[in-house]
Order: sequence, then C-alpha cells, then structure tokens
Amino acid sequence: MNVNQSVPPVPSFGQPQPVYPGYHQSSYGGQSGSTAPTIPYGAYNGPVPGYQQTLPQGMFLFLLSDPPASASQSLPVQCEASADFKGLPGSQPFGSPLAPVGNQPAVLQPYGPPPTSAQVTAQLSGMQISGAVAPAPPSSGLGYGPPTSLASASGSFPNSGLYGSYPQGQAPPLSQAQGHPGIQTSQRSAPSQASGFTPPASGGPRLPSMTGPLLPGQSFGGPSVSQPNHVSSPPPQALPPGTQMTGPLGPLPPMHSLQQPGYQPQQNGSFGPARGPQPNYGSPYPAAPTFGSQSGPQPLPPKRLDPDAIPSPIQVIEDDRNNRGTEPFVTGVRGQVPPLVTTNFLVKDQGNASPRYIRCTSYNIPCTSDMAKQAQVPLAAVIKPLASLPPEEASPYVVDHGESGPLRCNRCKAYMCPFMQFIEGGRRFQCCFCSCINDVPPQYFQHLDHTGKRVDAYDRPELSLGSYEFLATVDYCKNNKFPSPPAFIFMIDVSYNAIRTGLVRLLCEELKSLLDFLPREGGAEESAIRVGFVTYNKVLHFYNVKSSLAQPQMMVVSDVADMFVPLLDGFLVNVNESRAVITSLLDQIPEMFADTRETETVFVPVIQAGMEALKAAECAGKLFLFHTSLPIAEAPGKLKNRDDRKLINTDKEKTLFQPQTGAYQTLAKECVAQGCCVDVFLFPNQYVDVATLSVVPQLTGGSVYKYACFQVWCEEQVGGLSLEGRHVALVIPFALTVHVASGIRAVDFFGAFYMSNTTDVELAGLDGDKTVTVEFKHDDRLNEESGALLQCALLYTSCAGQRRLRIHNLALNCCTQLADLYRNCETDTLINYMAKFAYRGVLNSPVKAVRDTLITQCAQILACYRKNCASPSSAGQLILPECMKLLPVYLNCVLKSDVLQPGAEITTDDRAYVRQLVTSMDVAETNVFFYPRLLPLTKSPIESTTEPPAVRASEERLSNGDMYLLENGLNLFLWVGASVQQGVVQSLFSVSSFSQITSGLSVLPVLDNPLSKKVRGLIDSLRAQRSRYMKLIVVKQEDKLEMLFKHFLVEDKSLSGGASYVDFLCHMHKEIRQLLS
Amino acid sequence: MATYLEFIQQNEERDGVRFSWNVWPSSRLEATRMVVPLACLLTPLKERPDLPPVQYEPVLCSRPTCKACNIDMPALIKLFPSFQFPPAYGGISEVNQPAELMPQFSTIEYMIQRGAQSPLIFLYVVDTCLEEDDLQALKESLQMSLSLLPPNALVGLITFGRMVQVHELSCEGISKSYVFRGTKDLTAKQIQDMLGLTKPAMPMQQARPVQPQEHPFASTRFLQPVHKIDMNLTDLLGELQRDPWPVTQGKRPLRSTGVALSIAVGLLEGTFPNTGARIMLFTGGPPTQGPGMVVGDELKIPIRSWHDIEKDNARFMKKATKHYEMLANRTAANGHCIDIYACALDQTGLLEMKCCANLTGGYMVMGDSFNTSLFKQTFQRIFTKDFNGDFRMAFGATLDVKTSRELKIAGAIGPCVSLNVKGPCVSENELGVGGTSQWKICGLDPTSTFGIYFEVVNQHNAPIPQGGRGAIQFVTHYQHSSTQRRIRVTTIARNWADVQSQLRHIEAAFDQEAAAVLMARLGVFRAESEEGPDVLRWLDRQLIRLCQKFGQYNKEDPTSFRLSDSFSLYPQFMFHLRRSPFLQVFNNSPDESSYYRHHFARQDLTQSLIMIQPILYSYSFHGPPEPVLLDSSSILADRILLMDTFFQIVIYLGETIAQWCKAGYQDMPEYENFKHLLQAPLDDAQEILQARFPMPRYINTEHGGSQARFLLSKVNPSQTHNNLYAWGQETGAPILTDDVSLQVFMDHLKKLAVSSAC
Repeated sequence: MNVNQSVPPVPSFGQPQPVYPGYHQSSYGGQSGSTAPTIPYGAYNGPVPGYQQTLPQGMFLFLLSDPPASASQSLPVQCEASADFKGLPGSQPFGSPLAPVGNQPAVLQPYGPPPTSAQVTAQLSGMQISGAVAPAPPSSGLGYGPPTSLASASGSFPNSGLYGSYPQGQAPPLSQAQGHPGIQTSQRSAPSQASGFTPPASGGPRLPSMTGPLLPGQSFGGPSVSQPNHVSSPPPQALPPGTQMTGPLGPLPPMHSLQQPGYQPQQNGSFGPARGPQPNYGSPYPAAPTFGSQSGPQPLPPKRLDPDAIPSPIQVIEDDRNNRGTEPFVTGVRGQVPPLVTTNFLVKDQGNASPRYIRCTSYNIPCTSDMAKQAQVPLAAVIKPLASLPPEEASPYVVDHGESGPLRCNRCKAYMCPFMQFIEGGRRFQCCFCSCINDVPPQYFQHLDHTGKRVDAYDRPELSLGSYEFLATVDYCKNNKFPSPPAFIFMIDVSYNAIRTGLVRLLCEELKSLLDFLPREGGAEESAIRVGFVTYNKVLHFYNVKSSLAQPQMMVVSDVADMFVPLLDGFLVNVNESRAVITSLLDQIPEMFADTRETETVFVPVIQAGMEALKAAECAGKLFLFHTSLPIAEAPGKLKNRDDRKLINTDKEKTLFQPQTGAYQTLAKECVAQGCCVDVFLFPNQYVDVATLSVVPQLTGGSVYKYACFQVWCEEQVGGLSLEGRHVALVIPFALTVHVASGIRAVDFFGAFYMSNTTDVELAGLDGDKTVTVEFKHDDRLNEESGALLQCALLYTSCAGQRRLRIHNLALNCCTQLADLYRNCETDTLINYMAKFAYRGVLNSPVKAVRDTLITQCAQILACYRKNCASPSSAGQLILPECMKLLPVYLNCVLKSDVLQPGAEITTDDRAYVRQLVTSMDVAETNVFFYPRLLPLTKSPIESTTEPPAVRASEERLSNGDMYLLENGLNLFLWVGASVQQGVVQSLFSVSSFSQITSGLSVLPVLDNPLSKKVRGLIDSLRAQRSRYMKLIVVKQEDKLEMLFKHFLVEDKSLSGGASYVDFLCHMHKEIRQLLS
Repeated sequence: MATYLEFIQQNEERDGVRFSWNVWPSSRLEATRMVVPLACLLTPLKERPDLPPVQYEPVLCSRPTCKACNIDMPALIKLFPSFQFPPAYGGISEVNQPAELMPQFSTIEYMIQRGAQSPLIFLYVVDTCLEEDDLQALKESLQMSLSLLPPNALVGLITFGRMVQVHELSCEGISKSYVFRGTKDLTAKQIQDMLGLTKPAMPMQQARPVQPQEHPFASTRFLQPVHKIDMNLTDLLGELQRDPWPVTQGKRPLRSTGVALSIAVGLLEGTFPNTGARIMLFTGGPPTQGPGMVVGDELKIPIRSWHDIEKDNARFMKKATKHYEMLANRTAANGHCIDIYACALDQTGLLEMKCCANLTGGYMVMGDSFNTSLFKQTFQRIFTKDFNGDFRMAFGATLDVKTSRELKIAGAIGPCVSLNVKGPCVSENELGVGGTSQWKICGLDPTSTFGIYFEVVNQHNAPIPQGGRGAIQFVTHYQHSSTQRRIRVTTIARNWADVQSQLRHIEAAFDQEAAAVLMARLGVFRAESEEGPDVLRWLDRQLIRLCQKFGQYNKEDPTSFRLSDSFSLYPQFMFHLRRSPFLQVFNNSPDESSYYRHHFARQDLTQSLIMIQPILYSYSFHGPPEPVLLDSSSILADRILLMDTFFQIVIYLGETIAQWCKAGYQDMPEYENFKHLLQAPLDDAQEILQARFPMPRYINTEHGGSQARFLLSKVNPSQTHNNLYAWGQETGAPILTDDVSLQVFMDHLKKLAVSSAC
C-alpha cells in the first residue's frame, strides 16, 4: 500500500496504463515469441507471424483484434492473437501520432503531473500494487461499494498504461487474482499472472522491454494504439495500483468517474456478477451516472482503464489512411473489404461496384443461416446508387441496347452483368442469380474464348464492370410514354414569421442565383428542368411567370381543404426564357408580403398543390418547401403542438416520433405515385413537429433541412442555402430493385422511400446523397464456390428526362468459418445499419428497449467471436475482432445519440430531425455523425495545407492553449481554449483578448494573415466535404455554450447519462462474459 | 272612341300605366265575366323630363292600416276619407298647394337625402374559354366600358374557365387574383373566408349577419373605384389570356360558369348587400362543369334541345336550374342584379340561367359572337345616359302597390321577385308572382315594364255609388344611378261602372293593346311551367269567351259575328301570339325561347306588341313607305319590305328589286331613284337599330335568300302551297307551311264564338 501511495503519479498514468497492459501483452508475446521488447512497435508489422506464435503465450490480457492481413494468413484460432499484434502494428503508425500524443500529455498535465518518469515508477509500483491491493479496495469501495477492490484495480491499470502497466496489471491481478477471476484468466495466459503475485515479477522483466517503447509512448500515442485491443481486461489488473494511483488521480474527476464504471464491470466480471456496479450497467446507463457521482465525491479511489489503452477510432482511421490510401482499390476480387470511408482512395472498377456505391457489413457471408444466427452479425448493404465520384473516377458508362432494351434473365429479371455465365459457345447464358438458362439474342451473340469468356467482354461495360447504365426503352416508362423533363417547384412560406426574420428576402435573392445551378445533363448548355413558384401562408399563391408577360401574375388559392392548381401554362417555365419575369417576381415577393399579419400556415395543401401541378404537367419533379412554423391553420394536415417532454423515457415516448395524423402518409403515397419528391427546409423558432412534417420528404426520397433560430443577419447561412441548392436532386427514379443470388434475399429496407409492398422500393426522387440500406437473410445454403451476388438496379429519369437503368453489381464471398466472417466485416457499415435499425425501432418500441436490443446484439456478436474465433483466454479478457474493435465505441455513440438518449437541451424536433436524417445517411456520414471529428488548429505548422490529424472526442484531449474544430456533418464548432495565445486570438478574431471573443459567433472575420486564411480555408473545405451546410459556432472554454459543444465529445460521459467510452466498454465486457458463461 | 285613345295615351305618358280596362266593373262577379282581368302595364321609371323631383320627403298616411300611403291628388283624399294632414301641411291653401296635391302630378318623384350614398358597382364576370378574336373583342368592349362608367363607380373583375379567378384590383405591380376550383360549390361564407373578406375577429360575430356598413371600404380589394384603377384594369384586361388548360379533341372547354356566378354573388353579398350592383356575366358557351353545369364536356353529346326536355332527357337541366335559381334569389335578396351576355353560335345555357336575369332585373343579351356589332353596341347602350346625364338604370327598387278596398292585388309579371308582404289588399288568387303587395326589382331602367294584375273584390250586392272611383297607388323606392335614393309615386284612379247598365262604357274603355300584352304575359308566364299546347288552349278559350261576351252575333251564325272597334284587333294579336316564339318552341332552341320570353316580360307595351305582331313596312316606287299587312300577300316582287320583330330587323328585296340590284342599276346615275329606294329602308332600319335595346339582329336579304325565312316565318300564311292555286293569280308569295292562316283562324273563332255549345 505504502508503496503504491508513494507512487501517486503512477495512478495518474494509471488511466493510460490500461493501454499498456495491452501492449505488454503484445510485447510479451513478442518477447516470448522472439522479438525484442523494444521492437514491438516497429516490429509489429513484421512480427505478425511472430505474434501468432506468441499467441499461445496467451499474454493477451485484454482485447485481441485481428489484423486484417495477418489474420488471413494466420487464420487459425490464434488469429485473434495475431490480431492483437496487428493492433500493435497499428500502434506504429501511432508513432507518427505521437505528435498528437504530445497534445494528450498536455491535456493530462492539468490533471496530474505524472510524466514519463512517473510511468516508470508506476511500473514499479505495479509490483507493489499487488501488495497494495488490499488497501486499495476500501477506497474504491467507497465509490462502488462491493467492487471497491476492483476499483482500485482499475486504478492500477492506469499505471500499467504507463510503462508499468504490465507489471502493475499483473500485480493487481495478483492481489485480486484470488478474488477476480477475470484477472486471473488474463494471468493464466500470462505465465506471470498465473502465479498471482508472481506475475508482477514477470511484469517486471517485461517492463524493461516495454519501457523501450514506452519512451516514445510517453506521449501515450504508442500505448494508445496497442491498448485498443486489450482494453477491458487490463483495468482489473490495474486495480491495486489504481488505489495508489487514485491519490494523484484525484484531480481528474472525470477520468475517475469514467474509469470507475469501466472497472466495476470488469471487476464484477472478474469477481463475480453480484457486484453492485453490474446491476447498474444492467440498467443501462442511468446507473452509470450514479457511479460518476459517486466517484465525484471520492475521486481518489477509482482509477481505471486508460482511455489511451482502448481502441481509438482516430488511430484506426489514421492507420487505414496510411495503409490503404495510397493504392487504388481494385474491385476485381470477390469479397474484398474496401478501405474505410474516412480514407481517400481511388477505385478501379474491375467487375464489382465501387464501395462508393455499395458497402456491406460483411464481405464474407456465412454459408448457412445457422452460422449467421450464431454470429448475429447483420447482413446488410448500404447502397448509394447515385453517389458522386471524385473527378478521377469515371461515372458509369451508358450502354444502349437499342430497341430491344437491356438484356435480362427471363426468370428473375436480373440484368446482364459480369457474373452471367455464357455457355454453349456463347449461344446461351446462365443467370448467376437464379441459374436459369437463357438464349442470347442473335444481335448480342459473341464467341467465347478458351476460358469461356466472351471475346468482347472487355468492350462491353455490362460484361466487365461493376457499375454501368442502360438506356431504358419505352417499356420501362410510366404509361409507356417517355417522360418529360422534371420540374422544380419552389414553395416559400410568406407568413409573418418568415418575413420578420428576413427569410423571404434572403431566399428570393438566393433563388435568383440558384436558378443558374439547376442540374443539367452532362454537357448540356441549359437545364431542361422547368421551375415554378408558389408562396403561401394560410392560403397559397401561385405565380404565372410566362415569358410573354410583362409582370408576373399571382393567383391566390384559398380553398386549402380541396387543393388544386389554378394554372398550367405559365406556371412551370424554362428559366432562361422567363428570366426577366422570374427576377421581377423574386424582387417583388418580399415587398408584397412586407406588411403581412398572417401568422398561420398550412403544409399538406402546399405539397398537394405541388403534386397536382406536376400531375397536370405530366412530369415528375421536386418540391422545395421553405417553411417556418407549425401548420395550425384550418386545413388538411393541421397539427397541434404536442411537444411533451414528460413523455421521454416512458412507453409513450415513441409517439413523439410518429406523425400526428395519417394525412401525411396518404399524401406521401400520392406524391410517390406521381414521382414528386419533396425537400423541406425548416426555419422554426419553436416547435414545428418535425416528426410529422418530415414524413412526406422521408417517404418521397427528399430531405429535411432544419435551421433553428434562423436570423438573416447571420449571412453565413446564405451560403448554406446555395450550397444545398446545388446538391439538389438529380434524378427522379421510379423504382429500385435489388437482385440477390438465390440463397439469400432482401428482407428489409431502410432509407427515404416508400414501399407499397415488401420487396419493391418506390422512390419519388433520389440524389447523390441518399442511401438505401438493405438487409439480407438466408433462404437457403450458400455455396462457398460461387459466392453471393448482389445486383442493384435503379430505374430513373435523368434531369434531362432520359429514362435509364443504373446497375451496380457486387460479389461477396461465402464462408463456412465464422472467423472469416469476423475478419471481413466493416464496422462503419455495421454501425450504419444498426443505427438505422434502432432509429426505426423507436417508432414502435420504447427507447430503452431499443437500446437494450442494440447492446445485446453487439454483445452477442462479440461473444460469438470470443467463443468461436478467439484463442482460449481468460474470461476476464475482452477480446475484440480486429475489424470490430471500434464497434463498442461507435455503438456507444449511437446509444448516447440524441434520439436514443436525449439530453435536457435537445428538443423533440431535433430528435425527430436527426432520426430521419440518419435513415438515409451513407456510411461516411454516419461515421462522422456518431463520432465527430475534432481537429486541433494550431498544432500543425501553419504552412501545412493538409488537414491536421484529428484527436479523440474527449474533453481530456483538449488543451486550453489550443483551438479545435469539431464537425459531425451537421454541426461545426470552433472551440477556443482559455489560454490561447493572444496573437492567435488577434489574428483569427481581430480582437485583442480571449474575453473579447463573442461567444456564439458564427462568422470568422476575413483577415489577411496566414492563420485566419488557414482556418477559414479549413472550415470551407470541411463544409465542402459534407452534403449539408454546417453552421459555425464559436465556443469559448468555460462559456455556457460549451455545454453544447461538450455534447459532441462522445468518448466522455454525457450529461444526459450516456456512458463514457471506457464505462461502456466495461459494460460490454460484462455483457459478453455473461453470454459466455 | 278617340277620347279614350287619347286618355289612354295621356295616362301612359304621364304615369307610365296602361290598364286593360279603363272603366272598372264594379263587382267581382262581373269582373270575372269580363275574361280579360283588370290589370295594368306599369313602367315605373318612365322617363319624364318634365317631372322635377321633389326635394322633400313624402308624407305618409298616418292611418295604421293604410300604413305607407303617400298623399296625393285631391281626389285621393276623398277616397281615403280618414286621411289626416300631418302638421307639415298646415300651411296649405288653395294657392299654395304642395305638388302632390296638384292634379297634373299624379306621378311624383321624391329625392331622399338621408342615408349613406353607396356607389354603383359593376362586377364583370368574364368567360375566358373563348376564341382568340372573340376574347379580344370582349376585352376591348370591357376596356371601353371603363370609360363609360361614372368615375366613382366600383368595378370588379372575375374571370373563369376551368378555374374561377377573382382579381384583386388594388395592388400595384404583380396582378393578383384569387382562384377557385370550378367544380366546387361554395357557400357565401366560405367564399368570403377564402377571399379574406371576413375579419379575423369574425368567429365571435358569427351570430349576426355580415354588416358591411361598419366597414364599407374594408373589403374593397376586389372592387375599386374606376378612377383609381382604370389604368390597371385596362392593362389587366389587356393581359387576359384564354383559359390555359388544354382542351382535347372532341371536348368542350371546361367552363365553370356556375361557380363563377356563385362567387360573384357571394362576393357582393359579403361586401355590399343592398347596394346597387350589377354582376355582368359574359359567357361564350355552356357551363360544362361544377354546379350549374348544363352539358358535359363531351362534344358528341349535344346540349339539350326542346325535344330532350320533353322526353325528360336533359340530365343536368333540373340541377342547374336549381343552382341558378338559388343564386338568383340570393342576388335578389341582396338587391343586386345579374346581366347575362351570352355570345356563342350554340346554346349557352340561358334556359337554366334565365332566372338570374329574370328575377333580378338584369339584362339578357344573346348573340353569335362578342365580335359582332350586335353585342358591342348593345353593351355600349347599357351605359347610355338620359337627358340629365344620368345612367338609364336604377337599382334595388321595391315596388309597393296599394289599392282602395274594392280591389285586391293578384300578382305581377316582370323582372321582379316577391317580397312576400301580405296585407289586406293582397288577393288569394295569384296571377303571375302573387301573394304580396311588394316586389323587389333589383335592376330596372326607364323601359322596364311590369304587368300588374288585380282582382275586383267588391261584392255584387254592395254596389259602389255612382261616380265612385277606385284608386291604385304605385310606390317605387329605388336607387337612382346618381346613387340617390328616390321614391316615385304614381296614383291612379278610375271610374267604377256597373256592367249591367254601363257595359258600353266598359267596352269602349277596353285597351285591347294593353289587354293583348297582359294576356300574352300571362300566357308566357304559364308556358314557363306548363306544356305548350295547354297554354295555347287556354289562350284560345279566353279569346273565344271574350268574343262571346263582347261580340255581336246571332247564335249559330258565324257570318253575323262582329266585334266593336275597341276589340277588333285583339283576335289578330292572339293569332300572332300563338305563332310567336314565346309560345311556340318549334324551330327555337330552349335558349332562344328563354331569351325571347325574358324580353317579352320586361319591355313596354309598344315593344311587346311588336314582338307579338311584327311590323311590316313596304317600300316601292308606287308611293311613300307604308305599313302593310303582316301577310304573305304583302311579299311582292317589286317591293322592298322592312320587318321589325323587335329581335330582328329584316330588309327583304322583292324578286324584281333583287334582280335590279344584281344588275347594278343602283350604281347608274340614271337610276338614282332606285338607289334612293334601296337606301330608304336601310335608313329606317338604322333608326330602329339605334334606338333599341338590345340591338336587334340586322338581316339584309332578298327573294329566295336563305335569310328570308325570318320574314316568311312571321307573315300570316295566307297563301301556302295548299291554297296557292285556289287563290288564283293573286299577288304575293306562297309560304310552305301547314300553319293555319289568319283567315282560317278567324273563321274558326267566329264559328266557335257563336256556337252555343261552348
């Protein structure tokens, strides 16, 4: 005890230490295997095989992750172990991350002084810790109750996180070992552990080896990498030291609180389920907070997992970027896992669709449904049929088969694709989906070469590429008539609110320029799209802007109960022909309504009117509604204010997400039938019932944009509108069909569309930002040989009115080994699917149930892996597959998102808004949405043009002498630390001191200095990356706006009760162990 | 009886009144035996340039039962013995009598200074489903009319086609209109809500009716003074487009006349009730959708004909008629009137819409196209001014009839609606619109003439003393076009006579022209609701009975039959009436019948007579133009005939004349007299055309010309293919018809009259 106490600094490290344990393991492995301890980081890549060897050593106290490449090689059970190693290699990259690491220490410093030297001591202490354990428990006990001892253990981990982690970790186990099975297990694997106390000793030897790496690791970067893998188990070991550590840690209450929960579970797990903390976890997060509070009072005891020791999204992203960002991704091979969405890479289409179009949760599909059930890994594809491509990649070729139209399988109607098998010398082909044998039409005949391939395979996109387009024939058109070019109708709310805020004036100005950016076909000189204008409050005003008129004419329709379109000719016009009249109209609209007193608005009739207009014009199209308030005027679709926060966390909470009346759904159905896609731009200053208003956009493939508290003075938003305007829909699809090879079938769809039955997705509109997520289930056994094929056919009308089919093909592997499944998963896609699944779930089930389902599923996935793929190891170890090592952190982000766990400041509207947004997000969007990017601004040299490397979304990563940009695709914050240099403040904000910066500022002054230019440039480039305009908010440290900002630091415990990453990981570990036992 | 003729004429000129009987039978029984009821044709606003309006208010009889009698001629005082002079007349002396006490002022007009003067309102309801040139012509006419309106008059514009647009006239820049679906019937309340005419606070006031007086100009966005917006409106009219909705082959354009009218009515109802207002509907075809639809939009299904109606095959007729009647009644209740200007080659649904004009005193004009002088001039003529520079139109009138107690009021026929004012002087027997002593006339002009029918209720056993006189007073409150309220009071007194002893007097005082028109009105009124043949039979029976009563004959001896001068023309009128389009629907569309009947029910006596029996003038080298018999024998080769049927002016060149004409003699200087001859009827026709409203159809034809049918169908077919040869070498043109000629008709009449069987 004394010793421990004497090593106070260690505890502070303790947090990071848990990381080390991981390393230690690896390092141990390395050591034992062959590699020198110092090598570990550098060696990891190489060592991989070595590691495999080491695997048996079972040193992996914590998480094991499969390294993708090595895993395949080392496939055997041990692969897990290898995974760990890979994790290590991952850490190498961290070497570079070290720079960021530097930041971290800075952060830590405030908390506690423990420097690297301390780490060493910590290691030493680790030894002692074991002894100290006993005393530790009491302290921790205070916080946790029974688990106190555990808590202390956790504390020890941090120590281990530093250099001493291993020894410590081992040490604690020793002490606790008796009590904590979990720890013991880990110990078992490690020889040292086995001997209870002895392990520390072993730790000792290891330590030296570790230290080598640690030195660089001081920065934590190193450790953090390795840590991810090992995360969970180490903490328990650390416990004893933890107690010691706590002393020093004291200053870091957040850390403690976070860690504590984490530890507790571990401890519980190790010690026995009975522990108090467990129940807490069981009752999801709410319990966690209590821990936090407990910890608050007594910050000392609980030292836990070092956040740096657990898998870091930043690290993973960085690794992938470095490893895979350089080489083009060639799609020729079946079942390849593509690089992460966060990685910039080029795609070469060689027969499979680019991951930009389709991403799957797993690229290896279990052959049988039993396997699939066992694994619980959802089989889903996130399809973004019209994804925009970087300029270097060619958009899909258009194939014209003339009057006969695209060639299809007679039975299953799948379209010709590279997987179709030509037989009988090319006279026939066998469908790759249903095995039906079809004749090749004479005009399509071609000889086969000696490999059975058609001689012209490479001349025909449909035989050689994953993505291509067919020109559709008249048979593919509605009513057997070629469609006319679509139309856009702009519908502007001109009620008092809209006028008062200046919205109308702004919109009209913007529209003028927007009209120049209407989507156009390829190189067409002008857009074929016609436009129309409507304004409305309680009644609707249509405008006749026929080019022959000197002045636009306004037609008021007040019969909102029975909407109709008052005019045909002159409503939808060609922009260029009617430019003068339109300009005149847009000039006059703000004037005409300048003194309006009308505050009531309608909504359903507006959409109805637009739809009727399109119907009358016999074309498809898109409506843009600019709306401000709850539609309370007497009309169909009239809404009540039903915002009731009391419903949160009750069984009735789901009603908040459901539409108020069925009128909206009915309307949406009609819209879809007409091919009328609806985009709604909301500018509310109070409750508008987004849940109801978004029904129509949601079902028609449109989008909802929400700008709360819109004020025109904030001219930045002007840019927002125009940006979004340019992202405007491109096409008016008719239907999306997904063909899959026999054996699996599409069972569920998520996204912005309407389904009249269970298999056909009907889309009224689709743009490059919209995705459709499809879930598959097994029908039958799949064949490992042939793999699983996926074909997505989108029938649509291009903006010039051309009818086309866009085909995406993707071939997946099938596996009989679960390990293959786990090795070929993609966590980002998985999260995308799970979030969508959960967000739909809240419509029908209580939010709590939805959260529990997610946790359970995640636990099952991981438990299955642990059980079937991971090498035998102690139950106290948390072993994560390499591909899924981020699953817990991301899942936690989903769980604590506004929809599933609303904070006090989150409005019902915001929740509904986010809920529907996520439904059609693609993988990249969900990735950043759930785990925001936090970019330090002044760390990298000012000259560097690249984006600064991100840091983890946790408050402890913030340095008060720095500024950070945080973005999640919807929000953009600029956080300014309190002690940021004056010069920086001056050059960025043009004010002399921190205190003079306006909090909540949304525009940075345009200043001519490198920093200002750089920051503004960075902001611009971030905005350019996202489909939605992100409004900038400047947040000052310690300011009240900071609360808002902290909400996005997703690794931390959230105010609304969301668990911290560490806590959640522990909880997850506990869940898994429960499943395993 | 020249004296009577003079008397009648004098009375007509002074009071605008013509009675069927100018001496009244003194008992109920006798009166009914006279066959032709005691009735009069009243032209309430007969122009009286010599009549200075009196600047003070009328004095009312203070007797409660008499209620609102205006004092009048001294004679009246005798008739109303209990009449008490109010104090204002305290200074009456023989030399200083108020105007109403002077005999020559049996008609007097008061101007009322009280009350807010509300401007005239003209609401144009314009069909845009027209051919381009039609629409253009209509637009020009409308633009022109703006310059004719008084500057302070309010104008409004509603256009319709598939949709109905109510144009807001107040705004600058963008022209604004409220659009309504053409298929949906809306209540006045809905319309006002949708037009934003109701104030937000309205829900609380729902209990009470709209009170426009409180905010007379609050809701005038749609109705603006001409002087303020005439430029705007001119432009707006200029920019009017044809209905933009595509009309596919084989379809009629969708025309929402019913809803457009409904909205016009609702708009005025909500904003200016009981103020003089004219809704002017310009339509170029039948309503094809929504309430008031007359025919479907399928061209292959033609609009209803009389044949369909008889066969009960007119699907939409009843419903449409009901719709328009409802509108007409609402309009009348608000004191507004509806004009219908229907210009199309085919029918436009006048049959269904007629009540709109008939009940509200509006005009009905029918033409082939808006691009004809017929429409243009007729429309222009609506805005003609009288000698005082005032429009010849009046609004929101009520006609109050008071009688002395021997008489009761049986009803009225004319462009009016009953106000359902029961009183002691209201008869239970109804003739025309009865059961009331007051009628509302929403729009009238100086020629509007009403047939008012009375019943003598004096019992036979309560004889009226010798020299006793019956009195009738007509009180017409109306809004003059100068927006003043005025009251015109006409008081009539006639002698009673005992039929037994003074039949000659009564006979001599018979006004056969008035009687013919009055009987014709009754007949036409019946024809609206009864089968044509029944009406004819009824007319025949009345005629026979009249002849029996007043003819001089020996029983069973047709040749002995004679009628006195005062009756001699009556059977002839009846003959022509029977053949007139008012009672004969053959060869006329339902719309035409409605149109003819409409005008028949509102024109004054002279015009009505022309309608019954067209006038035929003959021009020849043999002498000055002379009126000739309306008979086929008048159609001679060397004559030019000018026929005026009121609705048509036909100039007919006889065979020879036509040949000369073709030969171009009129252009040769030596035949200048021929040129003059040709010119004479043209000049005369022009004179008629200038004066008449609506402008007649002008037909210039010749022997053998297709248009000659207008003439041939009117003349008495004294020579037909049946008797042509029997009549030998008589001059004249044979008419190819099976209709009986006047001669045959008269023969039958004589036979029946003298027969004791009947």
